[in-house]
Amino acid sequence: MKVSFDADSVNERLARMLVAAFMAPMDPTLDQLTDVKTAVSEAVTNAILHGYEGKEGEVELECRRQEEELWIQIRDYGKGIADVKKAMEPFYTSRPELERSGMGFAFMEAFMNRVEVVSKLGEGTTVYMRKQIGGNVE
Amino acid sequence: MECHFEMKEGKLTVMVPKELDHHCANQLRKETDLLIDAYRIRTLVFDFTNTEFMDSSGIGVVIGRSRNMKFFGGQVYAEHMNPRVEQIFRVAGLHRLVQVQEK
Repeated sequence: MKVSFDADSVNERLARMLVAAFMAPMDPTLDQLTDVKTAVSEAVTNAILHGYEGKEGEVELECRRQEEELWIQIRDYGKGIADVKKAMEPFYTSRPELERSGMGFAFMEAFMNRVEVVSKLGEGTTVYMRKQIGGNVE
Repeated sequence: MECHFEMKEGKLTVMVPKELDHHCANQLRKETDLLIDAYRIRTLVFDFTNTEFMDSSGIGVVIGRSRNMKFFGGQVYAEHMNPRVEQIFRVAGLHRLVQVQEK
């Protein structure tokens, strides 16, 4: 599934619902479902708030099923991240004046099996996430 | 996402909505701050009875309000969290900042 939507915060919920619908046939446990929804919410929020800094733009959400693994890509064509490693540090935020907790990436990494971030200044950011889904998996 | 508030004698209870994400957090922040200032709230309670989903944006709002309240000598509590919300609280270390109570 590949979907793109406006970088409007009202679409954070839409993104969560789309992923939930996509992964339903994979028979997730309730915890797995909530884990993925949380991680997607974090990545989409980052794209809207940091990638496009609240301005107009498009966010792309791509989901793929690889047997029992769910692959998710969230991409924006916004500002880009200068130092990905720093950005992913827990509690680090580039916007402290907005009362951001700086836990977005920490949550993504806590709730997904694998998270990779590729970014280029002025061109945008893509977050790749993977999680094993199903009853036989933790 | 509608935010509901209950006020009684300097205590403000925020009925946190079903899903607390970045979109809702902004609205909740504005409305809560408005009420705290207007009515000189001394006790702030986040009631998570209706909350099924919360991400780190929700954490940011709770932290921000807690800091503000404590700066002016107020108290902040969180109650009626389901296991998932409680887990988020603990992962973020929020239980050290906000007193959790089960009524």
